[in-house]
Amino acid sequence: MLTDFVPLFLMMALALGLALSLLKLHQLLGPKRPNLIKTAAYESGMDPIGTARERYSVKFYLVAMIFIVFDVEVVFLYPWAVSFRDFLAADAGLGVMMVVSFFILVLGIGLLYDIKKGGLEFE
Amino acid sequence: MVAQLLFFLLAIVAIAAALGMLIARNPVNSALWLVLNLFCIAGLYLTLNAQFIGIIQILVYAGAIMVLFLFVIMLLNLAELPRREDIDWKRGAAFILGMGVLAQLVYIVAMSFDVLPHPPAAQEAVATGSAQVLARALFTEYALPFEVIGLLLLVATIGAVMLAKRRFV
Repeated sequence: MLTDFVPLFLMMALALGLALSLLKLHQLLGPKRPNLIKTAAYESGMDPIGTARERYSVKFYLVAMIFIVFDVEVVFLYPWAVSFRDFLAADAGLGVMMVVSFFILVLGIGLLYDIKKGGLEFE
Repeated sequence: MVAQLLFFLLAIVAIAAALGMLIARNPVNSALWLVLNLFCIAGLYLTLNAQFIGIIQILVYAGAIMVLFLFVIMLLNLAELPRREDIDWKRGAAFILGMGVLAQLVYIVAMSFDVLPHPPAAQEAVATGSAQVLARALFTEYALPFEVIGLLLLVATIGAVMLAKRRFV
């Protein structure tokens, strides 16, 4: 039933409330006397040049993409990990192991390809 | 009762966040609205007792995929769109109210013909949406689709490497 999730919702509400109240409190309590120098963007003591939004290298996109692929892989491995003993008890451990092994193998090929192509290297 | 209240609360916040995402002029603000929307949808999954999917929704979508979105926003160097001053609130309100009336009419007509799908009942035990139940179906009955997902992820890896490592000379 939904009441089983009450601790979860309570924790989420607490975390959200703490974050928001800390943000708001420092805004309310902290003294603020801004001037032109103080509000300028910090750039190691120099006068700021150009915009803060520089274009990123496509390498970051590649790393993020590879991360998502293996993130999704771990998501699929999690149900296997938590019910591994159930499968063993039902005498299906070996079959499921082969299914998951093939899955990992297929993604391992992707990782190997990535390493060979130098996708994880930063020059 | 509480479940229905929670459903409507989450649904309204989800729709509002989706609208905020569309209306926001700054692409990063848009992305943050989308995070709120994804969180609300995770909450909706919880009200359906699908806790595994709900947590994955937060971990993968609100975590990993949003990082990718932010990378793309920064990659494309999107600037803030100029603020529009000529938003016609009367027309917007009329549109929303009109859609509301239309939805009610469609609902009543569909009810009278009894063609609406019955909503999934959330009265069953919490275990229905747990990782164990999912695993039992995924690794036995749906093993082939599971392997196809592996191939799909392989294609995604190779595609990303191909795109990013190509030399434009």
